[in-house]
Amino acid sequence: MIPAIFDYVRPSSLSDAVAALREADEEGKVIAGGQSLLPLLRLRLAYPEVLVDVSGLPELRGVRDDGDSLLIGAMTTHYEVIRDPLIQAHAPLLAAATATVADPAVRHRGTIGGSLAHADPAGDLPAVALAMDGVFVTSAREIPARDFFTDYLTSALEPDEILLGVRLPKAYTGWGFHYEKFHRTAQAWAVVGVACLVRRTNGEVAEARVGLTNMGPTPVRAYAVETAVADGPASRQAFQAAAQDAPDGTSPPSDLHGSAEYRRHLAQVLTARALAAAAGA
Amino acid sequence: MPRVSVEVDGVRYDDDVEPRLLLAHHLRDRLGKVGTPIGCDTSNCGACTVLMDGLSVKSCSVLAVQADGHEITTIEGLGDGRTLHPMQRAFHEEHALQCGYCTPGMIMASLDLRRENADPSDEEIRAGLEGNLCRCTGYQNIVRAVRRAADDMRRSDQAEEAHR
Repeated sequence: MIPAIFDYVRPSSLSDAVAALREADEEGKVIAGGQSLLPLLRLRLAYPEVLVDVSGLPELRGVRDDGDSLLIGAMTTHYEVIRDPLIQAHAPLLAAATATVADPAVRHRGTIGGSLAHADPAGDLPAVALAMDGVFVTSAREIPARDFFTDYLTSALEPDEILLGVRLPKAYTGWGFHYEKFHRTAQAWAVVGVACLVRRTNGEVAEARVGLTNMGPTPVRAYAVETAVADGPASRQAFQAAAQDAPDGTSPPSDLHGSAEYRRHLAQVLTARALAAAAGA
Repeated sequence: MPRVSVEVDGVRYDDDVEPRLLLAHHLRDRLGKVGTPIGCDTSNCGACTVLMDGLSVKSCSVLAVQADGHEITTIEGLGDGRTLHPMQRAFHEEHALQCGYCTPGMIMASLDLRRENADPSDEEIRAGLEGNLCRCTGYQNIVRAVRRAADDMRRSDQAEEAHR
């Protein structure tokens, strides 16, 4: 189908881009790679009056080493994220999850910033940003990941606020990592996904981080699981026991792909698998 | 209307376009590049896959205005009208198509995967083509064709190198 009529601007400065959004008065929409937005426009599920293309803004480009963190520019494509040496060294969980997003053609165009700002709870990257305590750097402020995702397809971004990038701490460098995604067909969305980081010392689990995909209207941290595995054995048995807490505090959807009850069960099974893979158990 | 300049299969085209015009429609309806079919409305099928600056993209999921200043290669840019590209020839010889609707997208996506991996395994071929749907051949022959084309292209690259 053909999208409804809209105006299009491609500003070359951040201030012009923010001004264009302000002028659109809540009827504007930022477009990065367009891999989530264009299907919505084609199906006429969204009707922005103005698209503000941020591909020309230098502030959104590149992956920067900021000492104790990485700043990943919002326009960095999935394809670039997977191959970036800094991300591979300090945030391999992000690269692993990104490699499961959609398919190669979509990964060539789709961007980390677009994917996060789209705030789809079935998207793979929000759970990673949450598990890694990422910080969202915008044209106006910095927003911690736990405050960024506010509801289904809704983020804390104001209508005239542009996501510049996401800051990921280097604190997880060297931790075991795994993204466990359950989907029924190639290129499908996750029915449930689990992003997991594990730090091991002397054969035990010292600490872990667990983020869940598609277990509610926003990505969810499985704090109960993190507490249950900390300072415990790195055994499959221990992981299975801890993973029983994965659905705590979640409100998974019931849809074509599975009931809420099924998703709660999946969260337990997949969390145990993700912990084991991340810990090398 | 914004002015858009794209190079398609080696020829530059300048056009005024509506912002909502999809690259797929620009190619087909404005530039006559009907070798690129449109198969779905959901970005799932991959039939409209073309290369943009050498990387595969689904042309139904790119606005023509986003392609401004970029180079596009479609299925029509591969052969010269008489000789088939090795990937096209392998699809023909391995019977990698029945109705042929998915074939242009399959071939463009196959070239993209071959760009990164000159000797792909069956599994890597399947992963590389996960964004392209075929509803009639059942994929077996497609995988075989891509492997054959990759072998042929590797051999001809080696021959060329030896010749130098």
